[in-house]
Amino acid sequence: MVPTSFYIFLAALLFTIGAVAVLFRRNTLVIYMAVELMLNAANLAFVAFARQFEALDGQLFVFFVMTVAAAEVAVGLALIVTIFRTKHSVDIDAMHELKG
Amino acid sequence: MNITEFVSHPLNLVTFFPLVGVVLLLLTPREAKNRLRWIALLTSGVTFAVSLAVLARFNPADPQIQLAYQRPWFQVAGLQINYILGVDGLSILLLLLTTFLTPIAILSTWSAIEERVKEFMVFFLLLEIGMVGVFLALDLFLFYIFWEFTLVPMYFLIGIWGGPNRMYAAIKFFLYTMAGSLLMLLAIVYMGLHYGTFSVPEMLAQGAIGGAVQNWLFLAFAAAFAIKVPMWPLHSWLPDAHVQAPTAGSVILAGVLLKMGTYGFLRFNLPLFPEAAVHYAPLMGLLAVIGILYGAMVSYPQQDVKKLVAYSSVSHLGFVMLGLFALTAQGVEGAILQMINHGISTGALFLVVGMIYERRHTRDLDQFGGLWKIMPIYGALTLITTLSSMGLPGLNGFVGEFNILLGAFGSQALGSPLYAGFAAAGVIFAAVYMLYMFQKIFLGPVKHEVNKTLKDLSLREIVTLLPLIALMFWIGLYPKPFFALMEPAVQHLLAGLR
Amino acid sequence: MLFDAVHNAGPTFFHLAPLAVFIPLLGATINFLFGRRLGERGVASVAVGAAAVAFVVSVLQWLSLQGHHEAVTVPIVEWLTIGDFQVAWAQRIDTLSVTMMLVVTGVGTLIHIYATAYMHYDVRYKNDPRRYARFFGFFNLFIAMMMILVTGDSYLTLFVGWEGVGLCSFLLIGFWYEYDILGNPSTANARAAKKAFVVNRVGDFGFLLAIFTLFWYFGTVEFEGVFAKVHEVAAQHPNVLLAVTLFLLLGVTGKSAQIPLFVWLPDAMAGPTPVSALIHAATMVTAGVYLITRSAELYLAVPQAQAAVALVGGLTALVAATMAVAQYDIKKVLAYSTISQLGFMVAAVGMGAFVAGMFHLVTHAFFKALLFLGSGSVIIALERAHHPLPDDPEAQAVAGHHGHDHAAHHGEHDAHHAPFDPQDMRNMGGLLRRIPVTSWTYIVGALALAGLPPLAGFWSKDEILLEAKHLQPVVYGLLTAAAFLTAFYVTRQLVMVFLGKPRTEAAAHAIESPRAMTGVLVTLAVLSALGGFLNAPGVHAFGHWLEASLPEIETLPFNLTVAGISTAVALFSMALAWSLYRRVRAWEAWQHDPLEKVLGPGLFDFLRQAWHWDDFYRAVFVQGYDALAAFLAHTVDWRFWHDWFHDTIVAGTYRRLSRFLARPVDLGIIDRIANELAGSVQGLALVLRGLQSGFVRTYALSVFVGVVLMLGYLWWVIVR
Repeated sequence: MVPTSFYIFLAALLFTIGAVAVLFRRNTLVIYMAVELMLNAANLAFVAFARQFEALDGQLFVFFVMTVAAAEVAVGLALIVTIFRTKHSVDIDAMHELKG
Repeated sequence: MNITEFVSHPLNLVTFFPLVGVVLLLLTPREAKNRLRWIALLTSGVTFAVSLAVLARFNPADPQIQLAYQRPWFQVAGLQINYILGVDGLSILLLLLTTFLTPIAILSTWSAIEERVKEFMVFFLLLEIGMVGVFLALDLFLFYIFWEFTLVPMYFLIGIWGGPNRMYAAIKFFLYTMAGSLLMLLAIVYMGLHYGTFSVPEMLAQGAIGGAVQNWLFLAFAAAFAIKVPMWPLHSWLPDAHVQAPTAGSVILAGVLLKMGTYGFLRFNLPLFPEAAVHYAPLMGLLAVIGILYGAMVSYPQQDVKKLVAYSSVSHLGFVMLGLFALTAQGVEGAILQMINHGISTGALFLVVGMIYERRHTRDLDQFGGLWKIMPIYGALTLITTLSSMGLPGLNGFVGEFNILLGAFGSQALGSPLYAGFAAAGVIFAAVYMLYMFQKIFLGPVKHEVNKTLKDLSLREIVTLLPLIALMFWIGLYPKPFFALMEPAVQHLLAGLR
Repeated sequence: MLFDAVHNAGPTFFHLAPLAVFIPLLGATINFLFGRRLGERGVASVAVGAAAVAFVVSVLQWLSLQGHHEAVTVPIVEWLTIGDFQVAWAQRIDTLSVTMMLVVTGVGTLIHIYATAYMHYDVRYKNDPRRYARFFGFFNLFIAMMMILVTGDSYLTLFVGWEGVGLCSFLLIGFWYEYDILGNPSTANARAAKKAFVVNRVGDFGFLLAIFTLFWYFGTVEFEGVFAKVHEVAAQHPNVLLAVTLFLLLGVTGKSAQIPLFVWLPDAMAGPTPVSALIHAATMVTAGVYLITRSAELYLAVPQAQAAVALVGGLTALVAATMAVAQYDIKKVLAYSTISQLGFMVAAVGMGAFVAGMFHLVTHAFFKALLFLGSGSVIIALERAHHPLPDDPEAQAVAGHHGHDHAAHHGEHDAHHAPFDPQDMRNMGGLLRRIPVTSWTYIVGALALAGLPPLAGFWSKDEILLEAKHLQPVVYGLLTAAAFLTAFYVTRQLVMVFLGKPRTEAAAHAIESPRAMTGVLVTLAVLSALGGFLNAPGVHAFGHWLEASLPEIETLPFNLTVAGISTAVALFSMALAWSLYRRVRAWEAWQHDPLEKVLGPGLFDFLRQAWHWDDFYRAVFVQGYDALAAFLAHTVDWRFWHDWFHDTIVAGTYRRLSRFLARPVDLGIIDRIANELAGSVQGLALVLRGLQSGFVRTYALSVFVGVVLMLGYLWWVIVR
């Protein structure tokens, strides 16, 4: 049986890739994908621990996260489409109207 | 609190019935002036009828508070504040006077108030609530609320519908009364903390606060009431308020609002601070006598009729104060009756002045002369009013003044018949200024062409005055029922002072 | 009494006594409310009828009292009860009050009848016929008030009537309130009325104090109760009685026009002549005499007060008589004469000669009413001749008769507006021929006033002098001197008015008054002639009658010396006057008064101006009061108290204080604190706004860093 630490390492790797992508990529779509990556990293960690502790709670949480992620993507894509229509760009740095 | 139970009590009903009129007025379009007037008149008329029902259920032989309505209201810092209304021989006549004068005052505005009739009537009915509340409230806290509440409508009545200098007069009226009231508020708070209640009957049951504190409390209450009366030398706001106020405002101001001051002395200062009352009686008597003579003398050279009548109020209320602080049955009962008399006579005088003002738009005495010939009914009614005001036997003023002077003459509290002696000289002065006024307006030849075409009183104006005139005769000729109403309560009050 | 038993069996009518008040009151009400619709005849019938009913009621009281002279109390209503102060309105019917009732209603009814005709002319000459009803309303009201006064059984009830008659007097003096006494537009009449009221109020002030003292020391104000305690109180508080009696005296000097308050009565002549006759001669002004007689028990207990009253009366009698001597106005002579005669009465009752005083009151009511009504008849006679009314056929005839004379005399002047005073005796003369009934009755009245036997005035005046000689010699001297002057001014007036040649056109064509007036004059003349026998020596019917109501009366026997002296004085004085004024008879127009030559113009004018008494009062009291009141009103109350103190000091100080608080305090301190606080927040915000870059990735980085830091912190905590 693969030890739980393996999964955790994988999840951490995936999360780091996602986080770095969010921080350094400028394409909004890519950022979205990166966010998905981070969420799934978290899912992986949940599942891994659920297996280790033989509890269903972690697996249940994964479903919640997936539902929320789906909803988020739906809203997020709609926002991106709208932003693209006004700005003709999906560059995240083009959107800085909230500058103080 | 159950609404039906609340409303079915006659004292609550008589106090708050005008609210019905207020609501109806608010629902009526402002252009329908006559409907507005009728609503106000009928509401106040019904209120008067309710007060008569109160009178019917009132037992004159009982010196105690009657028809009392007491409910806990709310609590502040452990102090229970009650809603207590009640009536006794000291207040029943003033209640009737208030509800009686209000419809008359409203009737007098029929053609005098054309602007903002709706607001006027609303304020007037609100004022009635406040005044009735003042005379019925037996919890100091509740009393204070009603007391201050009356200021607001009166302030607007003067400030909106008044003469050219109305804002000055309205603000002065407001501030003066307010200034006195604050001292009273301090005293009320002190008493509430001391007694653990604001209920006057309970305070009386617990007995008076002893020592020097009682004197201070007396003075604090006296400050509020003396300004309202107004006692000399605190009368300076009165001529302004009267001269600027619209006729109906003057009628109520002189007829009822000033009585709130004298009533305050009677209701609170005498029973709650008995030793202080006896202690300060000579001082109050002295101020009263000065007020009588001073007011009468100052009235005489006035050119403005309203100012003349205003100063005469200072003189008349001096009589009331003298009677109250004579602390004899004759004095106090005379004083209570004189409060009613002054309401009737001076109210009528202001109505009379208003009637001529509506016709000529001036109150300058030199603008008149010889009007009796042109307006005989007006002349006759004014003559009766004038005579009543100067205390001619057979009319109401005499009964009050005579008993006040009689009571003051032998008063032990005052300690000297000189008070009554000097006050009686005021009777001479009263003849001087009243007859002077009557002569300047009605006697002599007609000097001004404009006056020759003046119309005599209309039916409405006669109807406005007649109830007052009838009362002048009734009280003057057969005052016994009026004294019967107050006698037990006054005896009870005086027994508490001994 | 011999017939007591018989009379006692007869019916009594005491229960009717209230009608004497209420019927005239009803008459007044009817005339006030419906007078204009009733017409003159209707108004007159109501008024005369009401007065006559009151008279009948009075006669019935008199009849009822024949049997038992004891006072009867007729309760009407309980007036008020306060503590131990109880007053009921009840009538006290005794011989004294019934005497007054008879005089007031009897003479009153006659004057009412007279006035029906007199006022017919008066209202037309004053251009306001509609005022006829009002006059009779006031007249009936007066009778009612007078009835309250004389029948009241307590001092308070008496005071109510006392003030009530004062009111009627005020209303009737000022009846022609838009004119002066000559009928020119003016406020003079109105001012005369006000003066009467105010001066009377000074007296009432004394009366009020008397009532207060009575209540607090006697415990009641009812006559019975007060009199019962006189001796008790006199023993305990000796000064109280003196105070009461002197306070009452002040009231008397007001109402009965005695020194020092008599000044209103001459001015009161502004009222129509029947008013002068009824109110200011026969009835109201005698109320003071009645009051003292009523209070006999009080006065008898205080000799000092008695002396004061007698002295006041004696002085007034003399002083007023000197004033009467120099008057030209026919009514002014009578006015001062009335004051003087009232002085006689007051002196009499002051000395304790109550019967004599009351007797003189009665006879004086007859002859002075007669004189006033006669003077009214003279005035109207001249007025009608001077400018006839269009609806006066008699006068028109006379006017037509001397029409050319008229034109010649007045030239282009319109006769109606020519200044002509029908009351001025200088415009009269020779009226005896023209108006004989008026003249002869007047002469009877005048001789009665002068005190010639056997006319009424002689007997009553003689009785006063007799008592005075016995009781107060000083007062006797004063009164005798006054009697001398009385006969003098009476003769002067008779000569000037009735004898010699007419001095004006109007006098030459004077028209006798209608029968309603002359009939009354004749009746009063008979009463003036024969009234004295009521109490003539040997008869003393009046004395016996009053005895029942008065304490201890001793009747002095008729003294021929006193009667002789007074008659001689009167005759001498008349002769003197005759010798002086004899020449006046021949005059065609007025020249100088003969007396002026004798006394010198200064003294004559001094008397004519009533010793400048009025001027003195005006200068001291009236102007003093005016000035003081104006000073108080304008300077003290308004400029000082209202404007300076309240507006400048109170409101101004407040305003300055609030300005101080607003500028230096509020802006300088409180606002600055607030502002600095805001400034520092702003500065901080300037720094912090740099963080808000708007770049999402920057935010994400900061979140990331934040999480890392937090986790790092947690890790560090756990590991440690």
